[in-house]
Amino acid sequence: MKLVKAIVRPSRLPDVLRALYAADITGLTVSRVRGHGGQVEVVETYRGTTVKMEMHDKVMIDIGVSDTFVDIAVDAICSSAATGSVGDGKIFVLPVERVIRVRTGEEDVAAVTPVR
Amino acid sequence: MTKKKICALAVLGLLVPSVLAQEADAISGVDTSWLLVSTALVLLMTPALAFFYGGLVRSKNALNTMMMSFVALGISGTLWAVAGYSLAFGAGGDWIGDLSMAFLAGVGLEPSGTTPHLLFMGFQGTFAIITAALISGTLVERMKFVSYVIFIGLWGLAVYAPVCHWVWGGGWLGGMGALDFAGGAVVHVNAGVAALVAARVLGPRKDYGREALLPHNVPFVLLGAGILWFGWFGFNGGSALAADGIAALALVNTLLAPAAGIFAWTLLDRFTTGKITAVGIATAIVVGLVAITPAAGFVSPGGALALGAVGVIPSYYLIRWRTRTSFDDSLDVFAAHGMGGIMGALLTGVLATTAINSGGANGLLFGGGVTQLGIQALSVLAVAVYSGVLTYLILKLVGLVTKLRADSSDEGLGMDIVAHGEEAYATGEGAVLLNESEAPERVNGLTKKD
Repeated sequence: MKLVKAIVRPSRLPDVLRALYAADITGLTVSRVRGHGGQVEVVETYRGTTVKMEMHDKVMIDIGVSDTFVDIAVDAICSSAATGSVGDGKIFVLPVERVIRVRTGEEDVAAVTPVR
Repeated sequence: MTKKKICALAVLGLLVPSVLAQEADAISGVDTSWLLVSTALVLLMTPALAFFYGGLVRSKNALNTMMMSFVALGISGTLWAVAGYSLAFGAGGDWIGDLSMAFLAGVGLEPSGTTPHLLFMGFQGTFAIITAALISGTLVERMKFVSYVIFIGLWGLAVYAPVCHWVWGGGWLGGMGALDFAGGAVVHVNAGVAALVAARVLGPRKDYGREALLPHNVPFVLLGAGILWFGWFGFNGGSALAADGIAALALVNTLLAPAAGIFAWTLLDRFTTGKITAVGIATAIVVGLVAITPAAGFVSPGGALALGAVGVIPSYYLIRWRTRTSFDDSLDVFAAHGMGGIMGALLTGVLATTAINSGGANGLLFGGGVTQLGIQALSVLAVAVYSGVLTYLILKLVGLVTKLRADSSDEGLGMDIVAHGEEAYATGEGAVLLNESEAPERVNGLTKKD
């Protein structure tokens, strides 16, 4: 069991979701996040107040997957989220101790297998 | 009195001021008060349009979209005083005015009808501003801001001013008897067709048809529609150019037609999609207002109700059809203003009656036969062809000097940051204060990479 945590550009989210669904990965959580990486900074001016925006809007996608699906998920995200410019994001793969499906009490692989 | 006659008086007054002093009515304080208020009301419509359009786009383009309306206040307003007013209302000929009143030469406090000439110029200026701003709805989320500014500047002088002259400035359409009380053809068909052509020249947004491009703030859309309606009382009521019965008629018709428009639209919405939508009601208000604009002072209140209800129907179906095509008239400027304006102009030729305004004409239903309807159709056609061709040429011309569209990556980032270096909803989190002197060199609002 792994938790795939991907941080991608908001503008790529529709493509990423499409790629994940196509790979049969349908259980996921999306959150809006702000972060800093190597991306060029945006400079903004509000009536003489000039600021450098160090945080960029990103979306974070959390997906709990069985081991066999880790590479599938990573490949799907990489191929759909990449634009080639700095700021495309990161993917972290973390070990997971236990997964429980709340409705049925199923655990681990059974809990992350999509309901048909 | 119709707008046309008053304008003719204004023009006459300039040519023969000494005669005017003896013959023209003196300035009426009552009429002047109403025109002063109307001018302010119509000006408010442009910020209202900014909210209407701004709510309909994605949040990353909200400021850019609203700025397209606000910048028209500056560009179109200034150019109106510089040359636009003279090209529209100067004596000239059948096709265009002249430059005799450029830089407002000779436009002073002398009477034009029963109000000061200068005020008439200002009132008309607010129309020129909103007409240019209307076009922006088709260009949002992708056009370079500088290109847009150049475009509407040229458009105001080369398209709006001549068309305004044709109908109101003593030109050939007005002379032929075309009825356009407050700008169905001059403002709405004109802007709508320009939008149609501009959308085609510019091409669709990069995400159009690929992902859902949803309104980011529907309350803004409703706010904008509400304030547009409020301002429209000045647009139509003020076009009587007097505080008289015709102004009252135009104002009440401006109340009734959108009301009937909402009625028809919500029924269509309910039976087509199963729900009555907020964006739908906001759109119905605008289309109903557009439709009554040419007719406001020429039809009875009953006629206005019929016109509002019937006038919005083609726009409803056109918007539904358009969103399924690859044609990205982003905020449906043609469907709302072009189609609404066409319906309004034609229905004026059906519902106008001299029983309510002796300065108007009789339409098809009031014994006027098809004559008036024919004149109305010709005025729509003439304005559409001229506006379409000239808009195409102006955009191609601007395209020779500078790119019309933002780069694809900038479009993805959003036009607010790229064009203006501001965000509509900046939280300030992670913003580091800079002195202007230490600000890094930037390209399109982005720090330059070493």
